[in-house]
Amino acid sequence: MEKYTLSDRKDTRSGFGAGLLELGKLNPDVVALCADLTGSLKMDAFEKAFPDRFFQVGIAEANMMGMAAGFAIGGKIPFTGTFANFSTGRVYDQIRQSIAYSGKNVKICASHAGITLGEDGATHQILEDIGMMRMLPGMTVINPCDYNQTRAATLAIAAYKGPVYLRFGRPVVPVFTPANQEFVIGKALTFSEGSDVSVFATGHLVWKALEACEILKAKGISAEIINIHTIKPLDTAAVIRSVQKTGCAVTAEEHQIHGGLGDTIAHVLVRHHPVPQEFVAVQDTFGESGTPEQLMIKYGLEADNIVAAAEQVIQRKKLELSHS
Amino acid sequence: METEKLKDIASQVRRDIIRQTHGANSGHPGGSLGCADLMTALYFGFMKHQPEKFDMEGKNQDVFFLSNGHISPLWYSVLARSGYFDSKELATFRKINSRLQGHPATHDGLPGIRVASGSLGQGLSVAVGTALSKKMNKDPQLVICLCGDGEMEEGQIWEAIMYAGSKKVDNLLAIVDVNNQQIDGSVDHVLPYGDLRPKFDSFGWVVLQMDGNVMEDILITLNKAKALNFQGQPVVILMKTEMGQGVDFMMHSHKWHGVAPNEEQTKNALAQLRETLGDY
Repeated sequence: MEKYTLSDRKDTRSGFGAGLLELGKLNPDVVALCADLTGSLKMDAFEKAFPDRFFQVGIAEANMMGMAAGFAIGGKIPFTGTFANFSTGRVYDQIRQSIAYSGKNVKICASHAGITLGEDGATHQILEDIGMMRMLPGMTVINPCDYNQTRAATLAIAAYKGPVYLRFGRPVVPVFTPANQEFVIGKALTFSEGSDVSVFATGHLVWKALEACEILKAKGISAEIINIHTIKPLDTAAVIRSVQKTGCAVTAEEHQIHGGLGDTIAHVLVRHHPVPQEFVAVQDTFGESGTPEQLMIKYGLEADNIVAAAEQVIQRKKLELSHS
Repeated sequence: METEKLKDIASQVRRDIIRQTHGANSGHPGGSLGCADLMTALYFGFMKHQPEKFDMEGKNQDVFFLSNGHISPLWYSVLARSGYFDSKELATFRKINSRLQGHPATHDGLPGIRVASGSLGQGLSVAVGTALSKKMNKDPQLVICLCGDGEMEEGQIWEAIMYAGSKKVDNLLAIVDVNNQQIDGSVDHVLPYGDLRPKFDSFGWVVLQMDGNVMEDILITLNKAKALNFQGQPVVILMKTEMGQGVDFMMHSHKWHGVAPNEEQTKNALAQLRETLGDY
């Protein structure tokens, strides 16, 4: 089991910025491309330290993805930076043909993912990006949960050869994972062991799941909290191991109910160990303007929603057991 | 290589295009025939490259990208004939389990190809990225990218043109196949976007023009382009070609953009093209 302690509050995008700056020092092959969002992506420190390895491409994301593929051909390790919306939906065909199908070593780094982008509204709040990216053969999809994990993931993906989608966010959120952790791509992390229900959470929802765990404990329910930071390749063995113990699952993500972590886990469950599952996710709607806090409540992505989903799935498990 | 020898090779390349598309009963002979002289000049005369020792990065070599990937039978022919792979493999074009996909791909490791193309408008951006890598690596060779004129209708192309011009990517040579044909008719009919020359010029490119079906003009213009590269501006050659060049019934029309010749048409076409290197 992994240890965690609430130590600070920071945005995950700053973890990316810190990791990228470190990479700049560690690896001369790392180059960064940005589509007019250097400050938002926290890439300014890299730009300042390594101006010759930073490429401002302007508001031209399609060209940025193609250029990144070209840099990979030239032996570089390109990191692209823009909002998650413009990193995926806007450039899906460029990623598909020039990067994924061509097997290019490009790191697509996407900030302001999900509903917590806030006031800019639904045009910018992409909730389908995990789905789009995980459908691409050979694409690794990572959604870290806090500043420290995002920083560690940024370092880890540079050492991995192949296309990666790294998703992080805008708001200041709890920092609770260790500062100098080693990030292992594809390895699920258990933050709390339990026997009644498995909660698989990714991104900002991991802390919410840990809050939910305390509420459930007070109700006498033992929840296992597992951080799925890598949605693809999924740590299938960890998922199966947990549900074999608990017999039911809740998934929690700042993403559409379709295509994201929930679907990914459901796929494993139906094939290997069918048990009831409940989904904490955005329920097939677009978002809207508001503060991140208001939106998380309105769209049902709070600890209370995870608690309710856990109680419901445990009820379903009991019903199924009583029928069998 | 002598100009006459290059013309001989181009004739064989055109035979390969006809035989591949006929063999696959699909593919794009028109644009392939139109660009056959250019691609022969590039792969057998102009480019510094190592066919037998292909490596992805192409360090200290000229690196070529085909953005209009549908003219793949032409690219496969010059790659095979210049030594990247056995020309017998051309017989597998577009067939199941082949490395010679309908549109070029790296998926099965076909030597000579560095990125997939086919969905139009993407190749020039990739070329820009590789050109910048070469600059960082102090590699003195060129990055060359061939695009179609129909492809100029894609927005991404203009993003790449804007970037390369404004950021002075001067080790980049773009060539646009100006045959004024696309699937639905002439470019002037489908989307008459006007003269490319002032457009490239205003984005900061050096613009040259040539007749892409006259070998002498191709060689002179390519060398002129090379002399103009590395002087603070990317270079583009607007290359006038005839779609279907070399096969009389395929010329002066857009109809052979993506249609394969049948048995009789193939015989007719091959009768017009000298076999100079031996059919595969």
